[in-house]
Amino acid sequence: MKSMMEEEREERRDYLIGLAAAILLTAVPFAAVAFGWFPRGVDYAIIAVAGVLQIVCQFRYFLHIDLSRSKRDDLQLILFSGLICLLMVGGTIWIIFNQYAQM
Amino acid sequence: MDRLWFFFFGTLNYDSLPFYSTIATIAAGIVVAGALVTFGLITWYGKWTALWKNWLTSVDHKKIGIMYVVVAFVMMARAVVEASMMRLQQALSFDAPGYLPPEHFAQLFSTHGTIMIFFMAMPFLTGLINYAMPLQIGARDVAFPVLNSISLCLTGGGAALMMVSLVLGKFSTGGWSGYPPYTEMAFSPGVGPDYWIWAVTLSSIGTTFTGINFAVTIYKKRAPGMHLFRMPLFCWTSLCTAILMIFAMPPLTLATLFLALDRQLGFHFFTNDAGGNMMNYANLFWLFGHPEVYILILPAFGVYSEVIANFSSKVLYGYRTLVVATMAIAVLSFTVWLHHFFTMGQSSAVNAAFGIATMTIGIPTGVKVYDWLLTMFRGRVRFSVPMLYALAFLILFVVGGLSGVLLANPAVDYQVHNSLFLVAHFHNMLIPGLLYGMLAGTHYWFPKAFGFRLDELWGRIAFVCWVVGFLLAFMPLYALGLLGMPRRLVEYFDPDYLPYTIVAAVGAGFILAAFASLVVQLVVSIRHRDALRVFVGDPWNGRTLEWSISAPPPEYNFAVIPDVKARDAFHDMKRRGVAYRRPKHYSNIEMPMNSMLGPVVAIAATACVFGIVWHIGWMIVLGFLTVWGAVIARSFVRRTKRIIPASEVRRTEERWLAAVSKAPLIARDYETSPANRGLAEAAGA
Amino acid sequence: MSSIDKKHPGLNLGRSDPGAHQDAEEIVFGFWVFLMSDLVLFALLFATFATMIGRTADGPGPQEFFDLKSVAIESALLLISSFTFGYASLAMKYRPEPMKVVRWLGVTLLLGIGFLGFEVHDFVTMAGKGGTPQTSGFLSAFFALVPTHGLHVFAGCIWIVVMIVQTLAYGLARDVKLRILRLGLFWHFLDIVWIAIISVVYLRALA
Repeated sequence: MKSMMEEEREERRDYLIGLAAAILLTAVPFAAVAFGWFPRGVDYAIIAVAGVLQIVCQFRYFLHIDLSRSKRDDLQLILFSGLICLLMVGGTIWIIFNQYAQM
Repeated sequence: MDRLWFFFFGTLNYDSLPFYSTIATIAAGIVVAGALVTFGLITWYGKWTALWKNWLTSVDHKKIGIMYVVVAFVMMARAVVEASMMRLQQALSFDAPGYLPPEHFAQLFSTHGTIMIFFMAMPFLTGLINYAMPLQIGARDVAFPVLNSISLCLTGGGAALMMVSLVLGKFSTGGWSGYPPYTEMAFSPGVGPDYWIWAVTLSSIGTTFTGINFAVTIYKKRAPGMHLFRMPLFCWTSLCTAILMIFAMPPLTLATLFLALDRQLGFHFFTNDAGGNMMNYANLFWLFGHPEVYILILPAFGVYSEVIANFSSKVLYGYRTLVVATMAIAVLSFTVWLHHFFTMGQSSAVNAAFGIATMTIGIPTGVKVYDWLLTMFRGRVRFSVPMLYALAFLILFVVGGLSGVLLANPAVDYQVHNSLFLVAHFHNMLIPGLLYGMLAGTHYWFPKAFGFRLDELWGRIAFVCWVVGFLLAFMPLYALGLLGMPRRLVEYFDPDYLPYTIVAAVGAGFILAAFASLVVQLVVSIRHRDALRVFVGDPWNGRTLEWSISAPPPEYNFAVIPDVKARDAFHDMKRRGVAYRRPKHYSNIEMPMNSMLGPVVAIAATACVFGIVWHIGWMIVLGFLTVWGAVIARSFVRRTKRIIPASEVRRTEERWLAAVSKAPLIARDYETSPANRGLAEAAGA
Repeated sequence: MSSIDKKHPGLNLGRSDPGAHQDAEEIVFGFWVFLMSDLVLFALLFATFATMIGRTADGPGPQEFFDLKSVAIESALLLISSFTFGYASLAMKYRPEPMKVVRWLGVTLLLGIGFLGFEVHDFVTMAGKGGTPQTSGFLSAFFALVPTHGLHVFAGCIWIVVMIVQTLAYGLARDVKLRILRLGLFWHFLDIVWIAIISVVYLRALA
């Protein structure tokens, strides 16, 4: 059992890590786009990777969701929501762009 | 003067009144007269305070459930009449205009569909889940009782808007799915589509909250020992329905709001010009629409699972497979929405993928049908009314399912889409699949809710009328569809269609009779209620926890939260001889207090959207601010719970236990006789 | 981390207030389910936006409107506000004095208002250049997606004001704490949606 003070220190550290990660992962794609260092394809990759990483970081450090929980209800819920979003967004894009291609 | 009028009444004027046709005037007259009579009667008997205190502001899940079912019945009356009017029109309109002008006919099929889905089916199933599910999991209420009341009232607000549309202005002619660009301002400049948009939006927001409420209730409020895999199957289907509601309602809300933005503010989501794309609408609408089909059908599957096991006097066969099949259906339902628009012009590869996905849904559904059949196998089947509906369902649903497998093939769909074949198919799914299930559930749980059974004879008459009516009204539509008759046809010139349309009209007559029989049944049962009383609470030799308490149950449901040791918890208690035990001691019970937040929010929200329909600025602003003001004000209310003292609980329970000790044991075969006082002779598997 | 008995997403009150922690399980889970429903709403706003990217109807496209500097400032404001909200939550959990919570909430509120100010300024500038939602399908989709997030932030700001008032009026009572927990989830969730918006809407268009 950790003391309350240790717990507080850990949680404070989490928020600080989260802030640092957020700043870094936002600054990198903005810089890449602003200064035009790379060709467009690389920019896209940087934006996508930084975006996904940042979302993961925010889940972990601001929303305190991790894989080692005793209660798994909401982790299941997030994964299911992710699946549904993937089906809906992926399906929509597939269908509509397929139709565009037919026109 | 004109500007003053516009400020107060927006675009409402004399032309909005229903004097453009006799039928519209009569319909509006019936609505107004019905409203006046209702108001008059309530005033005459001085029941306003009681109605407000005991019902409208109540947050008790049982009362909310009952109110949902009442809404469903009132709306069903209107939609059944509309259906018969359409069938009559088609029987009369071979090479003739019939008696309905085309615009009126189009309004009828739009309101019929919208009401049946959003204001009959949804409130009905929500009502049954609300009533039964918390009792079955051994809870005292849902997780968020006030939110539950808000959901109910929002649905009621949407239904009220549908009724108002009969009196002020004309309803949409765009069908229940409201496809643009036809429903855009350019082609439907009236208020019709706006009524449709906002009635549906109110109900879909209410349904989203309902879904959240049910899911959290099932996840977090189960009695100790009630593991997920000990839940009655109705709770499982409720859970899957709730999850579908949570995830399938947002696309509908978006589709209707986008359409509203197009119409009211000149956006270009679905317009023909300026980069709009109506295919996005079809996509969003059916992203909702297909999971919706399973929202409608899963609760009925749950009812059938309870009813078949109960009236076969047997444990449910293949419990686990039924659960897994339910979950599989829920997930698969998110992968098939494109089959509603196979013909919209995507490549055959896309169509094939969604066609295959659609056919796979037949597999878990087939598993369920076999499980139900095997539950009956070697059981002692009692053919009481709920069981009759279940049997009719099993046969008719398989027929409908097979026509669905046909339609899942894109090549076939190209031939019969937009024809009456499709209309026959989905009515074949929804009437036996959904409506019979809801009626079975009503017969099954009515004694629990009101303390007396429904009249068996009139129940059987209604059942026969429903089945005959369904067969006569919809089997000919399969043939008509294959003959090439399109849906939504106000007039036709092919003599081959005529015999079928006449048979279908006769069927519609039977369906009207079926609805009337339900009303008669209710009246007869109320008059004979003393002979039908089952206060002890277990008239059907039930297996699940809702039967372990008095009928009607006390406000707090369970004096002591039951400790669940097995599946079919009450059956298990009876078998071990621990049912009807007097608790060692009674304690205070904390229950949520009534709240007027639900009615206030719904009235304000309905006023707000009515303002949007008729461009009444002050009403929009006032309604909107009232909704949010009320929600914020509510958060400052700090006393939201009240205590039912242990002494009161003791009085209530002792009265019931005394009745239990005096009641005769009733054998299963005599459960429909007046001797049934609700104490079943425990026996069986 | 794992020694805390975690019952729900977001900061858990845990041992600091066992009663409230018990109540939080159901209430916060319910709110989280609502957020997941909201997530689907946003996901479909994004999907619709993606299908409308090319549909500018020969009108102005993203390059004419989007201002990278302004978006960067907005991002900084919102990201930092998420962090300051975290500190408000920590203060609520570990410090008994309500004023500390109110102060951090106040800072968060100011950052949120700043974000909204810049965003509204962006929209007004766009409209000045002819970028109204009535212009094209693309702009309709843009003005559905980004302002929906903005409206959520606006609602969040009002909620913060309510919570400041309630904290001052009732102190850190149990119901107040439970509401701040949910507000926290809401606020962090909006941050995540914003990351998706900058990636999909702004950076992708300007790359």
